[in-house]
Amino acid sequence: MTTVEDRQLRTEEAMPKARRTRLSLIWRALRSAPLSAWFGMIVIAGYVFVAVFAPWLAPYGEAQIFPEPYAPWGGQFVLGTDQLGRDMLTRLIYGARNTIGIALVTTLLSFAVGMSLGLLAAISRGWIDQLLSRAVDALMSIPVLIFALMLLSTFGSSVFNLIVIIAVLDSTRVFRLSRAVAMNVVVMDFVEAARLRGEGLGWIMRREILPNVMPPMIAEFGLRFCFVFLLVASLSFLGVGIQPPTADWGSMVRENATLITYGDITPLLPAAAIALLTVAVNFVVDWLLHRTSGLKDEQ
Amino acid sequence: MSNKAASAPREKGAPLLEIRDLRIEGFSDDEWHQIVRGIDITLKRGEVLGLIGESGAGKSTIGLAAMGYAKPGCRISGGSVTFDGIDLIAASEGRRRALRGSRIAYVAQSAAASFNPAHRIIEQTIETQLTHNLDRRDKAEQGAIDLYRRLQLPNPEQIGRRYPHQVSGGQLQRAMTAMAMSCRPDLIIFDEPTTALDVTTQVEVLAAIRNIVDQFQTAAIYITHDLAVVAQMADRIMVLRYGKLVEEAPTRTMLKTPQEDYTRSLWAVRKLGRSDRPNAEPVLVIDNVTASYGGAVKVLENVSVRVPRGRTVAVVGESGSGKSTLARAIVGLLPPTSGQILFDGTPLPPALKQRDKETLRRIQLIYQMPDTALNPRQTVRDVIGRPLEFYRGLGGRERDRKVGELLRLIELDERLIDRLPSELSGGQKQRICIARALAAEPEIIICDEVTSALDQIVQEGILKLLMRLQQEMGVTYLFITHDIATVRAIADEVVVMHRGKVVEQGPKAEVLSPPHPAYTELLLSSVPEMDPDWLTGVLSRRADKGGMRASGN
Repeated sequence: MTTVEDRQLRTEEAMPKARRTRLSLIWRALRSAPLSAWFGMIVIAGYVFVAVFAPWLAPYGEAQIFPEPYAPWGGQFVLGTDQLGRDMLTRLIYGARNTIGIALVTTLLSFAVGMSLGLLAAISRGWIDQLLSRAVDALMSIPVLIFALMLLSTFGSSVFNLIVIIAVLDSTRVFRLSRAVAMNVVVMDFVEAARLRGEGLGWIMRREILPNVMPPMIAEFGLRFCFVFLLVASLSFLGVGIQPPTADWGSMVRENATLITYGDITPLLPAAAIALLTVAVNFVVDWLLHRTSGLKDEQ
Repeated sequence: MSNKAASAPREKGAPLLEIRDLRIEGFSDDEWHQIVRGIDITLKRGEVLGLIGESGAGKSTIGLAAMGYAKPGCRISGGSVTFDGIDLIAASEGRRRALRGSRIAYVAQSAAASFNPAHRIIEQTIETQLTHNLDRRDKAEQGAIDLYRRLQLPNPEQIGRRYPHQVSGGQLQRAMTAMAMSCRPDLIIFDEPTTALDVTTQVEVLAAIRNIVDQFQTAAIYITHDLAVVAQMADRIMVLRYGKLVEEAPTRTMLKTPQEDYTRSLWAVRKLGRSDRPNAEPVLVIDNVTASYGGAVKVLENVSVRVPRGRTVAVVGESGSGKSTLARAIVGLLPPTSGQILFDGTPLPPALKQRDKETLRRIQLIYQMPDTALNPRQTVRDVIGRPLEFYRGLGGRERDRKVGELLRLIELDERLIDRLPSELSGGQKQRICIARALAAEPEIIICDEVTSALDQIVQEGILKLLMRLQQEMGVTYLFITHDIATVRAIADEVVVMHRGKVVEQGPKAEVLSPPHPAYTELLLSSVPEMDPDWLTGVLSRRADKGGMRASGN
């Protein structure tokens, strides 16, 4: 029983197009990536490398103090020393580890919280959705930096508190986006089909909806990571973030800010490190957004 | 008449559009593929040419190329398009733009998607006239109202003041024809203008289009995959396949003596049919069910249907008649407010949550749109394998073996197992949906318009498959459709629904032969037939009876 349709599909379509492996798909995507995305990926890889291998790369210990504060560049200290006599280069390298590490953990946590609540709200609708959404609205009505400052001074600024507080505040944005994206998916017939099959809430969330909201969420992850990163740096600059002697870029700017008055650009180095990473991440995110939004260039 | 020069009667006969050896390529998978492979068209003034073929045949692409336009991702790689002496491919974009709308117009398949929801209909109808500076606003509005009247829109003076969402689909499609007509173009391209409409509405839109094209002696290219529709509209028909011409002939010749096998296969679904079978014990009994969405309006009113085991019951009616709601009530998505549904002699719990896994397994639903019914991120293995895993606890190799078996059963290659839905054709996707339902080994499958989103040939394949499966496995179908040809092909019993009520039900032969209740009569007589005189006949019969027409809203 071979209909015309089958014959055609078998000869014209089904045969030559073998299924591509995931790896070759990724490679295809990378090959068509623009220069800016490549630049971003290389820079990020560099940062990750430095962060992971900090103890081997840094010439001195993280909190090792030398008798010469504010030493100039060159000689024993490539980038000079800070106000206490600690090697700037060493602190920059360890700063990458601390700042990026904290920002990454925070972003992951905020996505775990925000997305699961967002998907839950989108699927259940009704009072669960109302309750969560209004609670999020209330949280979002207070400026993040001020709220974080307030909470950190109340609970004390340990790394743990820092991560939890920023993650919770940040998860409100993630909640909003994931709920909005998931709303478009839950109305699809395949979700109804899963419900008719008798699937539980967890399965529908994980297997039916999550894979379909991933592309915009990955792009959002990159953006939020930048914001969290900047927020941690700002909080450190204000003195409630990462506490000394742990090296981080925000407080390094603050502690050496006076040098700028003397025409020394050393305190701008950690700031430049932050800026470069933010730009790099945004290049990659732009590319991902472009790919997932379906706005392809006309050939 | 707003535009004297253009509305003057035109000679039928002078060539208007000449397409020579047209070649169009599309870009996908990093390669250019030929979509249209050398097509020649000569269209005379006032002539209507029908283009038919299944999807992917390049019909719409040719339609757009006749305006000198290629969709993003496509390019015209060879040949020429000459419109009234102007070479559209060589002409500048500005020149082409000046022609579009004013001398060549386009009517798209979905009027709802083509109208801007933020502007009133009349604003959009006359927009082209104003931008091309053909007329003053007041005269243009007069012209539009005149067109509304000619297209038999209700209340022509007022309807233009409405927004697109305030009129029905059929009315909007006619308003779009008015928009295309507003500049009195020499050529209109109709791209499946009635495919999205109910049969009862389709008749009226077809009649309106034919009338107005006749009155203004406009040349037209009419694109559709429905041969019966094109038979009413076109003077000449071209059958296309894979971007090549299969056959070309005047309409009557084509219908009477088609030369190619492929052309004959295009209306194969209309030749399917099944012999009567003895009645059987009911497996599903819907008893006096009434249901509503959140209160006042009853979408189902005292509906009673009996579904015999191993048979096919077709539920027909136009959109809004409550067919799909009936399906939702049966599967438990919309618990009825009164009445009950008996499955195998025992009442079904009304809500989905109260039903156990076993009950859910025995009733399966197949959707109209395979695109939305399949998760785009799940492979065929996941889709078909899940019910096996979920209901029967199969896993690993055994599950994969069973998935392969099911793929063979639905006549697909086993190598498709790792494909994603986006890598399958429409017909293949619908087959996967059928396999997903079969994997649960159900006793009854509810098919909600499963073939209406598919081409005729693919439809035939799916219907044959469903019938074969019924023979082999004894599964029962509740088949919801608005297409009478489908009903003829597969049904044992027919239920006609209108406005939430059952109008008529019984064995197929009884329901499909006269005498009919008024609504069944309207529904049956609205189904286009292969006879090119059918539309004229229907309209005159209805005019005789007077007031039998449903007023298109």
